Order: sequence, then structure tokens, then C-alpha cells
Amino acid sequence: MTCDLTQTRLHAYFDGELDVMSSAEFERHLESCPDCETRLAAEEKLRAALAGAQLYARAPETLRRKLQTSLPAAAVSPDVPYVKDPKTSVEKSWRWLAIAASLILAVFLGTEFMERLNRYSQQQAMAAVIVDAHLRSLQPGHLEDVISTDQHTVKPWFDGKIDFAPPVRDFANDGFPLLGGRLDVIDSRTAAALVYGRRKHIVNVFVEKAQPGDSQNASGELQGYRWISWQQNNFTFTAVSDTAYADLDQLKQLFLAP
Amino acid sequence: MLEQADRARFEADIIPHRDAAYNLARWILRGRAQAEDVTQEAFLRAYRSFGAFQSGNARAWLLQIVRNCCFTWLQQNHVAEEMTEFDEQTMPPKPENPESLAMATDDRERLQRALEDLPAHFREIIVLRELEGCSYKEIAAITTRPIGTVMSALARARQQLRTLLTEPVQKGAIRDL
Repeated sequence: MTCDLTQTRLHAYFDGELDVMSSAEFERHLESCPDCETRLAAEEKLRAALAGAQLYARAPETLRRKLQTSLPAAAVSPDVPYVKDPKTSVEKSWRWLAIAASLILAVFLGTEFMERLNRYSQQQAMAAVIVDAHLRSLQPGHLEDVISTDQHTVKPWFDGKIDFAPPVRDFANDGFPLLGGRLDVIDSRTAAALVYGRRKHIVNVFVEKAQPGDSQNASGELQGYRWISWQQNNFTFTAVSDTAYADLDQLKQLFLAP
Repeated sequence: MLEQADRARFEADIIPHRDAAYNLARWILRGRAQAEDVTQEAFLRAYRSFGAFQSGNARAWLLQIVRNCCFTWLQQNHVAEEMTEFDEQTMPPKPENPESLAMATDDRERLQRALEDLPAHFREIIVLRELEGCSYKEIAAITTRPIGTVMSALARARQQLRTLLTEPVQKGAIRDL
């Protein structure tokens, strides 16, 4: 083994890529080759320096959020520890069990229970639609169609665009500055979206004409986003954001206050 | 569009490698903003072609897409980057002076700059090996090169990195990150 030939061999040894035989052979060579020993020491030093310098760049929060919003309809939950295949199959069998159980229950408890169950899953589906709409709005250029902190600018903007006049109010004094508004479609229904700021968070408030079947008061959480909905003056309001529940509730109270 | 099951698999197998993806992009592109954009683009591509990925090394599969996106970006943005393959001319091998190696290795800023001053193909290989801990086989898969090429490139990349670290500091060369 001449040392020119062992350059890559030295690196392969250093990286633990040699098989046992070749490793032993190289170690024997090392004993008689101060040149290789020096080089190996230099490699070790370089590796320690690279490792110690904390050069690894982790994905910043903005990118994590972007990955959440940009993948088409993919429900990426942030930082949820993943268990791979076993969990999925366990989940699946649970789902089957759940269906079987609900069928049996339906027989025993009659239709009322099923109706309630239905309403619950409708609510879950609604939550997904709301959070999707919120995420969509956070994509560049999607947030507001009319950018104004003035309720007297935002309110007339909706005239002629939708067949109802959403209550547009600015709550800047209470920590929810109005940022603008836009049109949106939630579950095939046209909605006025009012955009509020809450510290560094964005809150979307969707206002639709109330329909029979809309729940009076509901709230939930999906993929780290929270939403609450309520009815008021024949409108259904839904506020959604990644901010705290308390904030959303406070906003709701502001809307409900005369 | 992916089926529900594929989507769940994408979330479970691919998304967790976002740090690896971003880190590789950040070092190939030498900038955080570009790295964010290109990583996002790479994930979208991965998502679209995920149907073709059935099993195997998910990290290597993703990183291959990331590095391809990075090199496309460098070309499209005409970054004055040594796009030459691992040629010997990039820097003539200098005789090494082990004593002078004492110098710059405890200086994080210099290490960062030295790594960024390496040709892109060398940066990539050092990052994959030293920061990401990839095996030769993985690096070969990610960079679509034969293992032998990876081995000799890695040896040369390390040598050049050491040479950069032993050179006197040039003023004003610190890249704005």
C-alpha cells in the first residue's frame, strides 16, 4: 500500500465504510505510516470542528408553516410525533370497530343518536373546510381583496358582491385591528371574510347567512388551528386562527357586544 | 392528487425530513431565503411524484429532489458557481502543513465561510457526510454518482476545506446571511 493509493481508503476507514478485513489491513498500515497517521488526525480535527460549529440549519418556523399550507389539501400536522405503519393499521381497525359499534348502537338507540352522530361528523367536516380556507388565505396575495383598516371602506366594498351586508367593525382599540376583507367560498356558500390582526397572528372571520342546520355555538381545533362559530342576527360567524381560544372568544364577545 | 393513504404516508415518511432538506438547500444555495423557497418547491415536487416512490430510503429520495432543485436554481439564477464537475483544477492540491491546522477550526464564522467557499459539488458532499451523517451509499444515491466518484470527491473536498481554513483571512469576505 503506497500512501497515494490509500487516500480514499483513509477516508473510507475514517468514515467507517471499510469492511472488517480492510479496516484491519488499514490499521496495520497505520502503525508503520506516520504520514497516514497525521492525515487521519487532521481529518478527525476537521470533523470535530465542523460538528462543534453548529452549522446545521434547521427549517425555520416560516418554512414549516409554508409546508403546511402549500401542499395541496394535505393535512400536515406540525411536530406531531409519527408512528409509522403499525399506527395506521391500528387506526384503521379502530375505525372499523367504530363503524360497527355505531351500527349496533343505531339499532339499539334508534335514529336520534344517529342524527347526533351525523351532526358531529358534519361539524368535523366543516372544521376541515374552515381551516383550509384559513390556510388558503395565508398564501401570498390571498389574504385581502380590499386592504383597509377603515370599516367604512371595507363595508361598502362588499356591496353588490354578495347578497347580504356583513357587519364590518374595527376592534383596533381592543387589540383586534381590522386589516381588510375578501370574498370566500366556504362549503359552496359565499362568505364575507373579515381579516383581523391579533398581535402577530391573523384571524379570519367568515360571515355567512345563517341556514337551518348551522350550529348555534361550536368550536374546535384542527392541525393547530382553532375556530369558534356562533350565530348573531341571522348570520353565522366563524373565527379561525392559530391564536389562543381566549383570543377568539374575546373577538366573539366584541362582535356580540352592541 | 394523492390518495388518502399516500397522503398519510407522505406526512409520516417525507415531511419529518424537512430539516435535512432545508439544511442541504441552505448550504448549496448559500442563503436562507433562497433555501426556504427552493425547499418548498422541492416538497411540492416530491408530493407530486410521491406515487412513484414506494419504499426505500425516504430521506435520500427527498434529498435527491432537493439537490436537483438547488442546482436548477443556481443555473437559472446564473449564480457564478463552479458548475464544473469534480475537476482537479478547482484548486491545486497544496502540500499540507499539519501545524498550521491549529488555526481556524475553533472559529465558527471562518468554518462557515470556508464551507461556503467550496465549489457547490464539494459543499454538497461535505454537508451530506458531516452535517447529515449520510453513508457513501446514500450520498451516491442522492447525487446520482458512482460510489467511487463520491469517495474521491469527498477526499478532495476535505482537503480543499482544510486548505481554505489554513489560508490567511481575507477582509470583507464574510457573506451576509
